[in-house]
Amino acid sequence: MLKLHLEFYKKLYLIRKAEEKIREHYSEDEMKTPMHMSMGEEAIVVGVLEAVGKQAQAFGTYRSHALYLAKTGESDMFFAEMYGKATGPAKGKGGSMHLALPDAGVVMTSAVVSTTIPVAVGAALANAYKKNGNIVVSFFGDGAINEGVFWESLNFACLKKLPILFVCEDNDFAIHSRLKDRLGHKPITKVVSQFYCHTDEASTTDVYEIYEITRNMLAKMKKSGMPGFLHLKYYRYLEHVGVNEDFDAGYRARKELLPWLEKDPVKVQRDRLIREGMKESVVLAVEKKIDQQLEKSIREAQKAPFLKKEELMQDVYA
Amino acid sequence: MLRSLTYEQAIAEALRQEMERDASVFVYGLDVTDHKKIFGSTKGLEKFAPKRFFGTPLSEDAMMGVGLGAAINGLRPVHVHIRVDFLLLAMNQLVNMVATARFGSGGVLKAPLVIRAVIGRGWGQAFQHSKSLQSMFAHIPGIKVVMPSNAYDAKGLLISAIRDDSPTMFLEHRWLYWMEGKVPAEPYTIPLGKARLVRRGKDITIVATSWMNVEAYKAAEILARKQGVEVEIIDPRTIYPLDKAALVRSVNKTGHCVVADYDWEFCGFSAEVAALVSEKCFGRLKSPVTRIAFPHTHCATTRPLENAFYPNAVSIIRAVEKKLQLKPTDLSGEEFYSWENRFKGPF
Repeated sequence: MLKLHLEFYKKLYLIRKAEEKIREHYSEDEMKTPMHMSMGEEAIVVGVLEAVGKQAQAFGTYRSHALYLAKTGESDMFFAEMYGKATGPAKGKGGSMHLALPDAGVVMTSAVVSTTIPVAVGAALANAYKKNGNIVVSFFGDGAINEGVFWESLNFACLKKLPILFVCEDNDFAIHSRLKDRLGHKPITKVVSQFYCHTDEASTTDVYEIYEITRNMLAKMKKSGMPGFLHLKYYRYLEHVGVNEDFDAGYRARKELLPWLEKDPVKVQRDRLIREGMKESVVLAVEKKIDQQLEKSIREAQKAPFLKKEELMQDVYA
Repeated sequence: MLRSLTYEQAIAEALRQEMERDASVFVYGLDVTDHKKIFGSTKGLEKFAPKRFFGTPLSEDAMMGVGLGAAINGLRPVHVHIRVDFLLLAMNQLVNMVATARFGSGGVLKAPLVIRAVIGRGWGQAFQHSKSLQSMFAHIPGIKVVMPSNAYDAKGLLISAIRDDSPTMFLEHRWLYWMEGKVPAEPYTIPLGKARLVRRGKDITIVATSWMNVEAYKAAEILARKQGVEVEIIDPRTIYPLDKAALVRSVNKTGHCVVADYDWEFCGFSAEVAALVSEKCFGRLKSPVTRIAFPHTHCATTRPLENAFYPNAVSIIRAVEKKLQLKPTDLSGEEFYSWENRFKGPF
């Protein structure tokens, strides 16, 4: 069990540190891509992805640093994409909002709210068609719940009993607009539960708890063949887009953040490791190794070449 | 073996043969499985139901995304829309997702998705059941746009579209469904991006899309008989990729170009051809390019205005007369719109 907890921690730490590195370097203006930071949501992505397993295919949003890093574990290509370099997974054509590495199971992310949801459902349709046993996870925010295509996609997945897990990462904000100002219906999970699928909800920053919730959900899905829907709350630490806090903007107060910082997902998991008997020196060594990995990734990304101009015209048609 | 098949039968045969050949091909869309079978064009696919042949909820946007997801996961979906107008509900998925899937993945993903849509005039179909929109689709990089104008091309181009690894719009004019043509029984492909010389002529070039080929052919036949004018008709067959060389070659030969497009004129495909011809054939042109297309208004239901909206063989004849400074052709006794007589309400 301690081994699993350490694995969780490594991923949480990798994500957090990678984003801290972005914050450190962003003002140098070499990463010319709009950053939608994951800070605060790490436990959801890491817990869910561990539960669904390596084979699972994931689809996400423009806020997918955590998704990419948790799923791939690599940071060389990640930073290359941030720096717009030819060594990135999309050769710099995608940047932060379109991070993906299909072979590693991060199939697609997109910059328009809710747009990967039906694509994830189609991927699940193909998996069911091929009977390959693969599961698809579709990550999206609470803003996507307002989009018609979310309900269309949910309806179709339930109708066809597709092997897909929908994960609503609810940070209460669609850019700067709160959920209560956007919902003309009963709570999200209550409405979704009217569909032929399994639903569950939680508000926790404990990665293990999320892992367990997801495993229970998967067991139910396997038994019934119906899709699953998880509604998981978190708090967005930083501004909607950008690397800074925005508590001075007036739409939310810093005091909202404080209780979440106390149960910060990275801290919670680190405390657990120590509590369960792992020596701090071991944890520090793990952290140091990840720090070095990130330093190297950034150095290499900075040195890597850009695509040639002619390559603008490539990859339009197959 | 060549047999006579209608356009609709040719499409159905292409689908069936491709589904038999390749287990990854499936056909879906609103009402594809009902008793009408999309004007008969999905007849004979019943044996593939429900797994590979199924109707869908009324969720165009999600269903387009589903096609993309299935395509990037190794399948070859054919998504059918009984009206191109309904497909507009799926424009977000089409433009933001389908068109960019390959580019956005740095060339890793491919989206072999075929989107069939019925276009064009019917019978009092007004402004939300009659559009064509090839210009709009062709405007978007990442999507191929195909417009077969006869049964032979329909089968060969559809098979090519299904086997192509890029997303392809396949636009079918409803009046063409009953047109018969000689079609080989075995599967065959026609390359996307290769125009067809419909009729050889030395005096004037008409570039015609979709149904306008039928009108252009009629016009050419009358002009030859009554004016001794030999019209050359080029059917691009695919709007994108466009066989520019074939168009340029013909206009360089004749020195006159009429574009008869089945879409709005303003910012339309006809403008694209006019620009191409003026760039590549400038010194050889004996007259400015003439465009025949939809006026910048909407199709009306009432018949006199519907007739005014759609150009036809007569509009083409009049345009050619003007360009070649001919006396007006006597059109008494000529029959036009021969296919409309088969097209009664409500469709």
